[in-house]
Amino acid sequence: MTLKKNILALRQKKAIVQKGGGDKAIEKQVAMGKMTARDRILALLDADSFHEYDMFVEHEERNFGMDSKELPGDGVITGTGTINGAPICIYAQDFTVMGGSLGLKHARKITKIMDHALKMKVPCIGINDSGGARIQEGIGALAGYGEIFYRNTMASGVIPQISVILGPCAGGAVYSPALTDFVFVVENISKMFITGPNVIETVLGEKISQEDLGGARVHAEITGNAHFYALSEMECLNQIKELVSLIPHSNQQKAERIEPRKPKFRKKIENIIPSDPKQPYDVREVIYALTDESKFLEVQELWAPNIVIGFGRMDGETIGFVANQPMYLAGVLDCDASDKAARFIRFCDAFNIPIITLEDMPGYLPGVDQEHAGVIRHGAKMLYAYSEATVPKITVILRKAYGGGYIAMNSRHLGADFMFAWPGAEIAVMGPEGAANIIFRKEIMEAEDEDAMRQQKVQEYIEKFANPFVAASKGYIDAVIEPEETRELVLHALEVSKNKDDHRPAKKHGVPPF
Amino acid sequence: MKNKKETPEYIDFAVTARKYKTLFTRKYQNRKVWVDPNPYEIQSFIPGTILQISVQEGEVVNEGAPLLILEAMKMQNRIEMPFTAKIKKINVNVGDRVPKDTLMIELEAVEGE
Repeated sequence: MTLKKNILALRQKKAIVQKGGGDKAIEKQVAMGKMTARDRILALLDADSFHEYDMFVEHEERNFGMDSKELPGDGVITGTGTINGAPICIYAQDFTVMGGSLGLKHARKITKIMDHALKMKVPCIGINDSGGARIQEGIGALAGYGEIFYRNTMASGVIPQISVILGPCAGGAVYSPALTDFVFVVENISKMFITGPNVIETVLGEKISQEDLGGARVHAEITGNAHFYALSEMECLNQIKELVSLIPHSNQQKAERIEPRKPKFRKKIENIIPSDPKQPYDVREVIYALTDESKFLEVQELWAPNIVIGFGRMDGETIGFVANQPMYLAGVLDCDASDKAARFIRFCDAFNIPIITLEDMPGYLPGVDQEHAGVIRHGAKMLYAYSEATVPKITVILRKAYGGGYIAMNSRHLGADFMFAWPGAEIAVMGPEGAANIIFRKEIMEAEDEDAMRQQKVQEYIEKFANPFVAASKGYIDAVIEPEETRELVLHALEVSKNKDDHRPAKKHGVPPF
Repeated sequence: MKNKKETPEYIDFAVTARKYKTLFTRKYQNRKVWVDPNPYEIQSFIPGTILQISVQEGEVVNEGAPLLILEAMKMQNRIEMPFTAKIKKINVNVGDRVPKDTLMIELEAVEGE
């Protein structure tokens, strides 16, 4: 009978922890339009799959009246569960317990579940909702952050790491998400910054709201710190489920293959792209024409939209897509677009996801702001990422491929396995107008009708050089293909690349232009 | 997530010699346009507070002489005369809190310099 008593006592003890900061604090959390930490975990994971650990961990701080403070779970819930059957490790900071503040034990619960994820080779998801360091614990809180960052780095490229910002995440706390692979934010709920509006106003006299400084939209559109942006917590949780189903559990596995399906997109692929290279279109339609069921999970949709990145499936397998987007900034490469693509390429390479590059770009973005922002070193990241990647790399040149951009967009010269080009592709050192102006400067200047001569020379250049056949004649392009054949040929290329075995010289690690 | 515009109004955008029809991003539109710096304009390089002004309008000041002290981030930054010139106009007062790139002092070339 004593066991029965013990069981009842355990249930009581658990019930207290499960209440977090108590009814009043929960009411406040809900009033802010936020779910509780526990509800978030339960809504994200498969029904009845969540198992919690370290419920009874207590903080050891004795100063500043902390000795009398009981903090259920020390303000963070940790455990394991499944998402669509895939095992994951998860933690969620509980804002109802002392503002979700991070003390040493709180951090140690997080590092313990991270260690577990790394050992068990499963993804780790962190839900951040915390006022920051627990000031009362002083250096203990800083130690806690540091130990988390260290593990984020150790786990990088080994297991996928996902950060979900569902509340404030300020100061040191922001660096754990920044080190992880994907950051999810929700409108009006997520707030991320190193120094908040108060400090900025005191020190610099600049007045700004939390939302304008580091709200969800700012990170999704301006800073690029966020990868997925949602209008509600539920939408956000669904995005996480979709992502988790598309990526592998670790770098030792491939993403789970599902039943292959045909694209649903019915528009003829050759009708998507206007033949006039000056006219825009939505390159995502080309992706829809290629992927199973025309599904595409776009990453960083709002930031640097001049390049499109994301995941889709072909023949049931996960593929990473990188595509220039002529609809924005004519599809140029700039600092942000290079950063965006480079990181994505490295994620795909680390996690055995083949990369398909769809190219239609006029070059790099001209401008003092770009040059001074370091477009040289940012652009170099892309060259590095493509060259370094050993996963199958397939490029389809849809329309324009000029100059440095041609090299950067997974060219043969950076190690592309398959290079396809549509028959209208213009592969050249620069756009025909610019090239004609330089090469035929004398003829144009000396002509009676300069414009007519320029037009004639531009046409001459297009016929002679701005086509796919010069590159094809040198073997830089493997095949000039009809647009309708694209899916079939890419599927075949993926099929024959399945056992690709490519090695890089042994090294501790490279030194990419971070 | 899909914020597709129904009928987007494309803008002419010259990347090289060719103009492309495309859309701008908010970030691109808000970018800081480069202005060639005018050596006769002394601007604040950081937001801060004017603690002290050491010159007067009309005065000819030698290169390297102190102009004013701009306190920012708890540092007292001594702004010095970049070259010998005449103070044409002082646009700030002691105690003023100035944003970054505020035109604080305008200079004028000295005859014969």
